Amino acid sequence: MSQTPQTTPPLLELRKVSKSFGAVQALKDVDFVAPAGTVTALVGDNGAGKSTLIKCIGGIHPFDHGQILFEGKEVAIHSPKDAAHLGIEIVYQDLALCDNLDSVQNMFLGREIRNWLRLLDETPMEIAAGQTLRDLNVTTLKSLRMPVASLSGGQRQSVAVAKAVLWKSKLAILDEPTAALGVAQTAQVLALVRRLAESGLGVILISHNLNDVFAVADRISVLHLGRMAADVATADVDSQEVVELITTGRYRRQPAHAVREET
Amino acid sequence: MAVAIREYLRGYLGRVRSGELGTLPIILGLVVISIVFQNLNQNFLTAQNLANLLVQGSGVAVIAMGVVFVLILGEIDLSVGYVSGVGAAILALTVTGQHPWPWELSVLAAVAACALIGALQGTIVALMRIPSFVVTLAGLLGWNGVVLLLVADRGTIPIDNPVIVGVANSLLTPDQGWLVLIVGVALYVSFLMGQYIVRRRRHLSVDPLPLLAFRAVLVAGLGAVVVYVCNENRGLLVPIQGVPVITVLIVIMLVILTVLAGRTKFGRHVYAVGGNAEAARRAGINVAGVRIAVFTIASTMAALGGIVLASRLRSVDTGVGGGNILLYSIASAVIGGTSLFGGRGKVVHALLGATVIQAIDNGMGLLSLSAGAKFAVTGLVLFLAAAVDALSRRGRTAAGIG
Ligand SMILES: Nc1ncnc2c1ncn2[C@@H]1O[C@H](COP(=O)(O)OP(=O)(O)OP(=O)(O)O)[C@@H](O)[C@H]1O
Ligand SMILES: [Mg+2]
Repeated sequence: MSQTPQTTPPLLELRKVSKSFGAVQALKDVDFVAPAGTVTALVGDNGAGKSTLIKCIGGIHPFDHGQILFEGKEVAIHSPKDAAHLGIEIVYQDLALCDNLDSVQNMFLGREIRNWLRLLDETPMEIAAGQTLRDLNVTTLKSLRMPVASLSGGQRQSVAVAKAVLWKSKLAILDEPTAALGVAQTAQVLALVRRLAESGLGVILISHNLNDVFAVADRISVLHLGRMAADVATADVDSQEVVELITTGRYRRQPAHAVREET
Repeated sequence: MAVAIREYLRGYLGRVRSGELGTLPIILGLVVISIVFQNLNQNFLTAQNLANLLVQGSGVAVIAMGVVFVLILGEIDLSVGYVSGVGAAILALTVTGQHPWPWELSVLAAVAACALIGALQGTIVALMRIPSFVVTLAGLLGWNGVVLLLVADRGTIPIDNPVIVGVANSLLTPDQGWLVLIVGVALYVSFLMGQYIVRRRRHLSVDPLPLLAFRAVLVAGLGAVVVYVCNENRGLLVPIQGVPVITVLIVIMLVILTVLAGRTKFGRHVYAVGGNAEAARRAGINVAGVRIAVFTIASTMAALGGIVLASRLRSVDTGVGGGNILLYSIASAVIGGTSLFGGRGKVVHALLGATVIQAIDNGMGLLSLSAGAKFAVTGLVLFLAAAVDALSRRGRTAAGIG
């Protein structure tokens, strides 16, 4: 395959990855690239294979075939731990937070800081959590010490995203982060997504909402029935064309440089 | 200062909305109960009766402290009553007889055996994912059987080891009582102040000073009342005065378990698993390990509670671990404010709840009401506590995020 020569390899690159569940071929020979410092949107119809792709990257189940390259090096990801070790942090739409714990406790869950007595050292945890949220301009959070159950959906999502930043992850994957949110909170989370990319992280954003995608994404990858239908720069397409790609897997006005040839 | 108080009130309201009512309602409840019973019977608030009450409730309080951990996890342990019986029976059988073991060894054997029981039940719950209700219900029956097998042909085993009997029956001297109180309050105050200063220096939110002062005064005041009342002479023929040793032991256990729950990685993970097990798993927490450890803690505390109960009675018989021990232990944790839905609770709830139950039990006993009336009232209080829990939980979901 011919690619424009790059000086630095992309943060994450998938080459011809496939995944099937029994007779169901969820992903077939998918190529996918997520560079650092950019928001890559992953779109596609229900059942196109988006969540499957994410789960394979996150180590929940492995690909059947294909290569994963992280920072140019081929890697194997067999478990969520492997993914976390590489610096891949996934923000799930649900199940991301413990409602009964506060923001600090959630952000440090499983990676708590302890003092010389091996007791929890709340002070540095609270300082780091507060600093991270401030860096991300999350200012609506009144108290870091309230159970997250009492936060709004957008605030909870912000805490989940901030966790990815706090742990200096290199790639943040957000699975429909705005699906349950209102207008103002959606804007808040999208702004946060943008700031993540600007701070140098690679961001993969899964969304069914093309307004959101066009608002923040630099590139759009379209999955159609388990195949990568297109990988385009947001500036090169309009939402009409993306809708067509999502539903049919092709579009009429074919810019040769943007669409991978279908066999 | 005013800002700090407003901040605190806001935080407090947030916690109330998310289902944490704090310990104030239950303390007020205790005051109300005391006033009611004192009005009905002048003997309720006598030195004799209050000292009695402290000792009567101690076994259940110790067991309930373990139950709190299980409830935080969102599970239940119905076996703690008879597991405490197994512990007491092992202790009684080994520390008495022709070749009595040293008491340390007997206690160790009882506690270790019960810890193993808890690990076994926890492993079944964690790895086979059989609901803890069923596993520990089987435990309730099974360990009752084991108690009967252990004790059966002996009928009643009297315990004469002075150390074991002393656990629930010996008293500090009046001076020792005051000394322990002063040291305890000094440690508590320096802990509060230390935390305040550290957080203040790092510009983190702090509880307002008047509130800290209120807490310190409350703890010191309650402690002083207990010591003062217990130091009154309550003997008829020979002088009997002083704080029961078991009360001090319970406070020590309270501190240790509170640190375990609130200040260690393990404790944090118990709350996390109880709040959202899947999120905990994704955060890399060994969920099965946490579950096994918590059931082990519950059984271990049951063993210690069983030892306290046996010490108080100075004997163990075939009924050990039965009666209302299990129900009172679980009811204590819930009445004290631990949620049945998992994720919320504190070790001190066990103590507060056990005190409420014991006050009702004791006060109604003084009024020579029947056991039936006692159970009915205790049941009502338990229902109220569970209803408050459920309602605050509903408020939480309503206010929360769909
Ligand atoms: N664990 C599984 N076992 C069997 N089949 C699966 C499994 N997970 C996904 N699939 C199948 O793989 C295909 C892709 O599913 P996937 O969840 O990745 O879609 P999606 O793009 O995330 O869709 P949506 O937008 O609805 O979330 C579907 O046909 C689905 O039925
Ligand atoms: Mg999906």
